Amino acid sequence: MSANNLQLTDDGRLRHLLTLDGLPARILTQILDTAASFLTVSDAERDVKKVPLLRGKAIFNIFFENSTRTRTTFEIAAKRLSADVVNLNINASSQSKGETLLDTIANLSAMQADMFIVRHAAAGAGHLIARHVAPHIHIINAGDGRCSHPTQGLLDMYTLRHFKGPFHNLRVAIVGDVLHSRVARSQIHALTTLGCPEVRVVAPKTLLPRDVENLGVHVFHKMAEGIKDVDAVLMLRLQNERMRGSRLPSAGEYYKHWGLTPDKLKLAKPDAIVMHPGPMNRGVEIDSAVADGMQSVILSQVTFGIAVRMAVMSILAGN
Amino acid sequence: MPKQLPLPEHLIDLLAAQIKPHLAPECALVGIHTGGVWIMDALAERLGPDLSRGVLDIAFYRDDFSRIGLHPETKPSHLPFDVEDRNILLIDDVLFTGRTIRAAMNLLFDYGRPATIKLAVLVDRGGRELPVCADYVGLKLDLAADEHISLEKNESEGLHFVMKRKS
Repeated sequence: MSANNLQLTDDGRLRHLLTLDGLPARILTQILDTAASFLTVSDAERDVKKVPLLRGKAIFNIFFENSTRTRTTFEIAAKRLSADVVNLNINASSQSKGETLLDTIANLSAMQADMFIVRHAAAGAGHLIARHVAPHIHIINAGDGRCSHPTQGLLDMYTLRHFKGPFHNLRVAIVGDVLHSRVARSQIHALTTLGCPEVRVVAPKTLLPRDVENLGVHVFHKMAEGIKDVDAVLMLRLQNERMRGSRLPSAGEYYKHWGLTPDKLKLAKPDAIVMHPGPMNRGVEIDSAVADGMQSVILSQVTFGIAVRMAVMSILAGN
Repeated sequence: MPKQLPLPEHLIDLLAAQIKPHLAPECALVGIHTGGVWIMDALAERLGPDLSRGVLDIAFYRDDFSRIGLHPETKPSHLPFDVEDRNILLIDDVLFTGRTIRAAMNLLFDYGRPATIKLAVLVDRGGRELPVCADYVGLKLDLAADEHISLEKNESEGLHFVMKRKS
């Protein structure tokens, strides 16, 4: 596992977080457990909603792709750990990425960076950086191409565990644009590693990667069958910006077949939860009545996301 | 190394007897994970089960984070009362270097400004590295630097001490 050679130390501790693919369950569980403790840092009873753990550390948020939520939650997480945060939004041209990227990193490293949080349209950008930084610098992948978005996968696992208990009892459906989704890949790796016995992907054939079955999931091409009796529905955003050519007739047509409406949700277990990584396309992949409904835990995902990112940053910084 | 140690339950009785006459009104008990929480619960049985109780995990306030990293098992801190202007009785099992108490006080102050903090420990084993002194002590020992005492708990033995010599 080349990714694990990069992201784990010789004695098996997490050095970078690049992908959840191949990461052992003990590390995933450690992150989730630690996040539970960090959740208390924002308790209403606390006057000071931060802890001194990363005091004096410089964390660089480097986003080559647009993002508001992810970048903001990383920033809040770093600030609650008392780190100094620098945000850089770099609109990368699609050419000459390799060199530009490493040059950027070399320059920032010279500014005494301790950690880079990287989002990039190119798959493997985080891996590339991890191969070139000094040993004391840690990398967190905040989304690379269609490949992976490990902290999103982790916060989804935290949310699932929080509301639905142990993974070995769960039946989970991931619904929508799996093809373009790094979130779906991270969710699938985490769920299978954590022992979820039934992970379903529910999508039209045109929005599924060809090799998806190799990931250990059950594939459904009909929404009604795919979400029947599940404990959780993990909706994906329809990623129009990543689509070349027409994989879909129209947004309206997509909503008709694949949008999560109150009626379709009734097919899942009565106490099933609904998740979405955001930003939502209301009226495309999810109906507002569901997004704002009793079974939606979408805003909890955002809150938990901060605690999970605090956990990842502090575990990395200590290793 | 002492041959025979008193039973923890007996020391908790002694500790409770010391604390009782001085127990401040509206006092809140705060135990430090994990041993301190056991002692706190046992003290509460003797001092008054209605006393406010809170628990602290000091993992995020340790001064050795940059050397040894994050403790692999952290627990949530929970103080279900207003720390501002409270009289706090901070409770731990073993007092050694004083660094845990320093961290616990910093954590408490992030919740608010307490009126007073008193410290109760089951065992003061000596070896202080910071100017920390307990107000209530169940047992005072003078252990060598390589001697190690810890409080443990299991179903068969309940609370018990474990002594080790670290090589």
